[in-house]
Amino acid sequence: MTTEHLPEHPDFLWRNPDPKSSYDAVIVGGGGHGLATAYYLAKNHGMTNIAILEKGWLAGGNMARNTTIIRSNYLWDESAAIYEHALKLWEILPEELEYDFLFSQRGVMNLAHTLGDVRESVRRVGANKLNGVDAEWLDPQQVKELCPILNINDNIRYPVMGATYQPRAGIAKHDHVAWAFARKCDELGVDIIQNCEVTGFVKDGNKVVGVKTNRGTINTEKVGLCAAGHSSVLAEMAGFRLPIQSHPLQALVSELHEPVHPTVVMSNHVHVYVSQAHKGELVMGAGVDSYNGYGQRGSFHVIEHQMAAAVELFPIFARAHVLRTWGGIVDTTLDASPIVGTTPVENMFVNCGWGTGGFKGTPAAGLTFAHTIATGTPHKLNQPFALERFETGALIDEHGAAAVAH
Amino acid sequence: MLLIPCPNCGPRDETEFHYGGQAHVPYPENPADLTDREWAEYLFYRDNTKGAFAERWQHSTGCRQWFNMLRDTVTYDIQAVYPMGQLRPATGTTAPTVTSPVSPEGAVK
Ligand SMILES: Cc1cc2nc3c(=O)[nH]c(=O)nc-3n(C[C@H](O)[C@H](O)[C@H](O)COP(=O)(O)OP(=O)(O)OC[C@H]3O[C@@H](n4cnc5c(N)ncnc54)[C@H](O)[C@@H]3O)c2cc1C
Ligand SMILES: [Zn+2]
Repeated sequence: MTTEHLPEHPDFLWRNPDPKSSYDAVIVGGGGHGLATAYYLAKNHGMTNIAILEKGWLAGGNMARNTTIIRSNYLWDESAAIYEHALKLWEILPEELEYDFLFSQRGVMNLAHTLGDVRESVRRVGANKLNGVDAEWLDPQQVKELCPILNINDNIRYPVMGATYQPRAGIAKHDHVAWAFARKCDELGVDIIQNCEVTGFVKDGNKVVGVKTNRGTINTEKVGLCAAGHSSVLAEMAGFRLPIQSHPLQALVSELHEPVHPTVVMSNHVHVYVSQAHKGELVMGAGVDSYNGYGQRGSFHVIEHQMAAAVELFPIFARAHVLRTWGGIVDTTLDASPIVGTTPVENMFVNCGWGTGGFKGTPAAGLTFAHTIATGTPHKLNQPFALERFETGALIDEHGAAAVAH
Repeated sequence: MLLIPCPNCGPRDETEFHYGGQAHVPYPENPADLTDREWAEYLFYRDNTKGAFAERWQHSTGCRQWFNMLRDTVTYDIQAVYPMGQLRPATGTTAPTVTSPVSPEGAVK
C-alpha cells in the first residue's frame, strides 16, 4: 500500500466559464470544426467576444472517434482546393498552436483492385497533379516496397493491381488537435462552454438573435452551426431543412503491436482502411451502416466485414485481436461533399455534411467558415460548397471518384 | 445487428435486407411544374429524424419484397412493420406490430 499523495493536477488547458448573457457570435458544437472556427474568428477576424457551446464534453463527438486520416487527393478542383489548403494548414499548425499533436506525414495509399479502379485511380493522380496535389501511381511491386506486410499475391479474391500514393498525407492525434485548438481559443478569450446544449433559437422575424440552452438564453449577433451528426436537428429548431442523412460510422482498434505498418492503406473495393497509431494499435474503419442512426453505435456485421478484408490484405493481422469498437454519427450528403455557408435564416451559418471525412478538413473548415461568419460572405474556397448547389445542380460529386470517403 | 421482422418471412438478420431510406416520399404528381427548389426537395432533401422514423426496407436475399418499418433512430428499436402503400401507424407500442400483406391475421411466419 502506498501512502504517497497523488501528484499535483497539471494545469488545465482552458477555463470552464459560465455562459455570459450575450456574445458577438456563438458556435454550436465543440468538435474540431467548432474549435477551429472559433480559433480563426478570434485570430483572423479579431472576434474574441464569442463562445463555443458544447452539449457534452469537448471533442466527445466525431472529433475523438475518427481514424485521423488526413489527405487531399480528391478528384474535383473545388475539393482539391479546400482539402489541399487544409493539408497546408496541418503542416504549419503544430508550430502555430505551439502543440505537437503528432501530425505524421507517413503517406496514404489508395489500393486499386479492378480495372475500373485502376482507370479511376490513374485519372485521379492526373487530376491531383494538375491541382498541385502530390500524387503518384504505384505498381504492385512498389506497393509492396512501401508496405511490406501487404499481400500483393493473386491468391485473393481481389488482388492488388496498384495504388495511388500521396506522400504528404498521414495521420494526427485527434484529441490533441482538439486540445491544441482549445488552449489557443481560450488564450484568445473565447469561452468554451461544455455541458451546454442548444435547445432552440430566438428569432426576430427571419433573423436569429439568440440561442436557448439548458443553461439559459444567450443573446448573440451571429450563430455558426458545427454540430456534425446533429446538424439536421439544429436546422429544424431554426426552421430550415438540410439535405443531410445521419448514419452510424464505426471503427476499431487492436491491442498494441510493434511497429509493422509504416503508412496508411485504404481500399475502397474490399473496403477497409488501416493505419497503426503511434502507441501501436492497428486502427481500422470502413463504410457507414446503411440505416439512419443517432445511436453512436452500429451493427457488428459491418465490423466483421472490414476485418475479413483486412486479414485478406494483411495476412499477419489474423493473429491480432479487436480491443475496442465504437461508433460516431456522421452527417452525409448525397454528393459526399460538405456544406459551408449561409442559411435561409439571417445571421445563421452552417458548416456540416463533412460526413465520413471531415477530420482532415478541420483547419480549412474553420478558416473558411470563420470568414463566412465574420464577413457574411463565403471565402473563395467554400463558395462552391454552398447549400444552394442542391438547387442549382452544381454538385461536387466525390462519391465515385475520391476513393474511400475518409 | 438488427433483427428485422419481414412481413412475409418472419424475423431475419439485417444482412438479408437492403435499406431504402425515408418512406412515404411520393413521386411528384406534375414533375414539369416543379420549381428548382421543389426538385431539390424531392431529389436531395429527406427527413433526418432523431426518434421514430418511417423508412423502407427490402428483403433482398429473401422474398425480395419492399415494406415499411417504423424504427427509433436513437435506440434502433423496431416499433412497427407495415405494407407499402399503407399509412404510417400511430406509435406508442414497444413490441413491433407486424402487418402482413399476405396473411390478414397478421401472424409472423
Ligand atoms: C468512426 C469514424 C471515423 C472517421 N474517420 C475519419 C478519417 O479517418 N479522416 C477524416 O478526415 N474524417 C474521419 N471521420 C469524420 C470526422 O470525424 C468528422 O467529419 C468531423 O469530426 C466532424 O467535425 P467535428 O469534429 O466538428 O464533429 P464533432 O466532434 O461530432 O462535433 C460536433 C459537436 O456538436 C455537438 N452538438 C450536437 N448537438 C448540439 C447541441 N444541440 N448543442 C450543443 N452542442 C451540440 C456534439 O456533442 C459534438 O461534440 C470519421 C468519423 C467517424 C465517426
Ligand atoms: Zn421476406
